[in-house]
Amino acid sequence: MIAILDYRAGNLTSVQRALTFLGHSSSITDSHGEIEKADRIIFPGVGAAGKSMENLRRLGLDTVLKERLKGGVPVLGICVGLQVLFQHSEENDTPCLGILPGRVRLFSPDPGDDRNAPLKIPHMGWNRVTFSRPHPVFEGIPEGSEFYFVHSYYPEPENPAHIQGTTDYGVTFASAVAHKNLVAAQFHPEKSGPSGLQILTNFCRWNGTDSAPCKEPTC
Amino acid sequence: MLSKRIIPCLDVRDGRTTKGIRFQDNIDIGDPVEMGRFYYENGADEIVYYDITASSDKRPIMIDVVKRVAETIFIPFSVGGGIRTVENMREVLLAGAEKVSVNSAAVLNPDIIRQGAEAFGKQCVVLGMDVKQVEPSGKIPSGYEVVINGGRTFMGLDALWWAQEGERLGAGEICLNSIDADGTQDGYAIDLTRLISTHVHIPVIASGGAGKPEHLLDVLTEGQADAALIASMVHYGTHTLREIKDCLHRGGVKVRMTW
Repeated sequence: MIAILDYRAGNLTSVQRALTFLGHSSSITDSHGEIEKADRIIFPGVGAAGKSMENLRRLGLDTVLKERLKGGVPVLGICVGLQVLFQHSEENDTPCLGILPGRVRLFSPDPGDDRNAPLKIPHMGWNRVTFSRPHPVFEGIPEGSEFYFVHSYYPEPENPAHIQGTTDYGVTFASAVAHKNLVAAQFHPEKSGPSGLQILTNFCRWNGTDSAPCKEPTC
Repeated sequence: MLSKRIIPCLDVRDGRTTKGIRFQDNIDIGDPVEMGRFYYENGADEIVYYDITASSDKRPIMIDVVKRVAETIFIPFSVGGGIRTVENMREVLLAGAEKVSVNSAAVLNPDIIRQGAEAFGKQCVVLGMDVKQVEPSGKIPSGYEVVINGGRTFMGLDALWWAQEGERLGAGEICLNSIDADGTQDGYAIDLTRLISTHVHIPVIASGGAGKPEHLLDVLTEGQADAALIASMVHYGTHTLREIKDCLHRGGVKVRMTW
């Protein structure tokens, strides 16, 4: 069973619909008991960092998530679910979970696009991800694939070893991060067509280590 | 860099797509879900469903369509038409749409943009604008006026002012439809699109007038649009998404080429 953390963020059901389509059962839940029993956890979200952190703390989900991470259960963060893993977000000047060292910053329109027009914010639409190294959750992605993004803030990990993939939008930012049994994507795999679904499929097979995914789905 | 988005638009009336579409592969051409799947599998970056159902008591039919689409395609899609209240927006988003677009309702009650953005986030709220070219005047300095009712009712609003006001109120994106170009297949309204796109900080989707791939090339370069809406040119099988994207790619526009 996959637990989708319900911290009152938007877009929880789209992750569940994608999992259902792929044949995986999941539960959108804030129940500590259910999260403690889950085989894997998805930490999704659309929303502001301030409100997200407030809800996570109020529901006690910050503590449960950290415990399960320590216990080795595979965790996938998506969008805001990636951003709040870091120490601090410029959005609402929010102290975050601090699971990964680094901070989250607002895009600047200044660098301009290829016609020197100011960059539009949010960064919304399809963009490339350059994967820096192999990882079981990001394997089997066709060359040239793009992923769907919608965000105004981007992560800046302190430890380069946590950067799994990068994307260019005025700056080159970490659009995918990975550390032990934790992976996270700034883009939305559930809205990124077959390449995004491949990532969800990989995650559902992943045992939480950097080795190749096991053959049989365990969820 | 970000790719420019190519977005097929499907009109839906009473739960069925309205344009007679010439497709092979045993697709039920009247089924909005099947049509969505076809475009999803063939490279659409996003899909717009526009509900043209006349009577509001048939609204549940559209919500059912949205639910089925959301179970079938895994790219963003938006729903417009008939959205009058924040409650309507909520229904559509809960049913699985990524975005909801408001047009006349926003002209008549601009606060719906602010309420929608606060409740669901700016990225969910698309401001749809129907615009007609007029003689520039004190009231309409840009020479483009906002219209509703399919272009029949002039609202006395300057299109440039309204676009900026929409952004200020919290719209995350503008879908800009030129009533003059709509249905002509002679090309998008380039000057209008550039005017709006260079004066707001949110993405602008150009709509109205697409007849061949070169039209998209024009509006995405000269017109500085972030995305382009297409309808008849693909619905009637005259062109394919692959053909359009190949043309854009050759023309130096970054588009998503792998799907």
